[in-house]
Amino acid sequence: MTAETASTSRVLPPVDRAPLRRRKWRRAGVQAACVAITLFMALPLVFIALAAFSGRAALNEFPKSLVPSEFAVDTMTSFLAGTGTVPALGNSLLVGCYTVVLSLLFGAPAGYALARHTFRGKDAYQLFVLLVRALPIVVLSVPLATMFLNFGIYDKVVSVTLVHTALAMPTTVLITASIFVSVPTDVEEAARVFGCTKLDAVRRTVLPLALPGLAAASIFTFVLSWNEVLGAAVLTLGHRTLPAQVLASLAESPQAYRFAGGFALVVPALVFIAVMRRYLLNMWGSTLR
Amino acid sequence: MAEQTATRVSRQSRRRITSSPWLLLAPSIVLLALLFGWPLVQGVLSAFSGDSGLTLGHWQRLFADPYFLQALRNTLLLIVVVVPIQLVLALVMALLMQARPRFSGTHFYLWTIPLAVSELAAGLVWLSVFADRGYLNSFLVNLGLSESGVQWLNYDNTLTMFITVVVAELWRATSLVFVIVVAGVQMIPKDYDEAAQVFGASMWQRLWHVTLPLLRPSLQVALILRTILALQAFAVAQALTGRNFPLLVGETYEWYVNLQNPAVASAAALVVLALSLGTSLAYLRAMRQPDATG
Repeated sequence: MTAETASTSRVLPPVDRAPLRRRKWRRAGVQAACVAITLFMALPLVFIALAAFSGRAALNEFPKSLVPSEFAVDTMTSFLAGTGTVPALGNSLLVGCYTVVLSLLFGAPAGYALARHTFRGKDAYQLFVLLVRALPIVVLSVPLATMFLNFGIYDKVVSVTLVHTALAMPTTVLITASIFVSVPTDVEEAARVFGCTKLDAVRRTVLPLALPGLAAASIFTFVLSWNEVLGAAVLTLGHRTLPAQVLASLAESPQAYRFAGGFALVVPALVFIAVMRRYLLNMWGSTLR
Repeated sequence: MAEQTATRVSRQSRRRITSSPWLLLAPSIVLLALLFGWPLVQGVLSAFSGDSGLTLGHWQRLFADPYFLQALRNTLLLIVVVVPIQLVLALVMALLMQARPRFSGTHFYLWTIPLAVSELAAGLVWLSVFADRGYLNSFLVNLGLSESGVQWLNYDNTLTMFITVVVAELWRATSLVFVIVVAGVQMIPKDYDEAAQVFGASMWQRLWHVTLPLLRPSLQVALILRTILALQAFAVAQALTGRNFPLLVGETYEWYVNLQNPAVASAAALVVLALSLGTSLAYLRAMRQPDATG
């Protein structure tokens, strides 16, 4: 009986496993490629962290082992204790926060206008904003430094803030426009019907709904300001931001200082991207066009 | 009577102004005009004017500087090498993401971290790899591939310096292209690809005839943006090599901060501006051409 069923099943054509096998190989290939790219992206970050936390002796030994012979915080602490590091950190934070506030104050109304109104000159305005984006900051920073000198606001937090606000303006306008587009007009109209003034309606209905998006846009602006090197380096002398401080002391600093500085600049990036992951594609991806 | 209509008209026009979008746009326009327009004009003026009226002296000084031509060459070479590799790499990364690998969330996070890493930090990160006693040399020596490592950042070894800057730029800025391309890929309806699959198109055929044409707008944006940004690269090279591998923007910084000559610095900056305007116009023209003929 069993032998009989076995013989009939043997008559069936053999199953072609080739496509399945090919599929398996392809999946493995995809997986391997992903891991390779991830290693390329992540390993340097591991290295800078290791370098920033190895002691003097471990930094100088050669060839290095992957895990440093001694972990020490003295590289980081001597960087933080270095002249100007802590004030520069403070300046960076201040400039970042001021830039966020200013760029929202100036940019969000424009974004709202783009989202809610159709008017003559809209395309022209958008083109103007895009053109501004394409201007290299280096062209502006030198004449701006002279201008600020004349106005007496050279080497101040304000001057760097102004430049960063201008830099962030195009992206702020475009991002806030896309945020306001996604807030339905009905709630605003309903608020008007119930007797709110135009400003009140926006304040009470549109702003709360747009808040998560605006927060994301703020983080984006903050990162931009945190990372900007050239403008800050040209516009300041004594009151540097952190990147400008590190850049200015590159030439005469030991390698330990540079690694520690590099690590200090990288850490916020890890946090920013972790927080922003959900918004990344909307922010950097689609609003860029 | 006439007075009444006049007030009505003025009230109407006032209402039109207050409800006009231009009131909302005005702050941003004023700010941009003050902080972009005015310095731009000033920069052009200062690059062309000396103590006694118009002069080309600053430009002569700039071009007489041996660093400048080197910087120009390096910058252009960097763009020609980095941008195409980045576009291809980012496309590969986006397609890999599309294949939904395991741990795609982690991969995505790690691939996008460089987006928030500043240029200077990226240079310092790679300095830890490429330094004479850095991790790459340690690795080579440990494997027995090299006696005492390669001096990647040695000042008379332009090729290895170029390689280090290219690798650092690839690491730093491919994420930006990647994000743009992923956003573009997500907007393509799946139907096209499935239809092509039904008609028996191979993977390459689908990529070449379906995905790439639909991705064209995203690729264009990425190409223009990356070229403009690559023209402005400088802190990476500064962190890795100091002034041994000069780039255009780095020269501006050098002329302004260390040589204290704003006029020549403006001239160098205008070269960057001219190049970025020129390349974007060239791209736009080249991309419009096929549409016009086809």
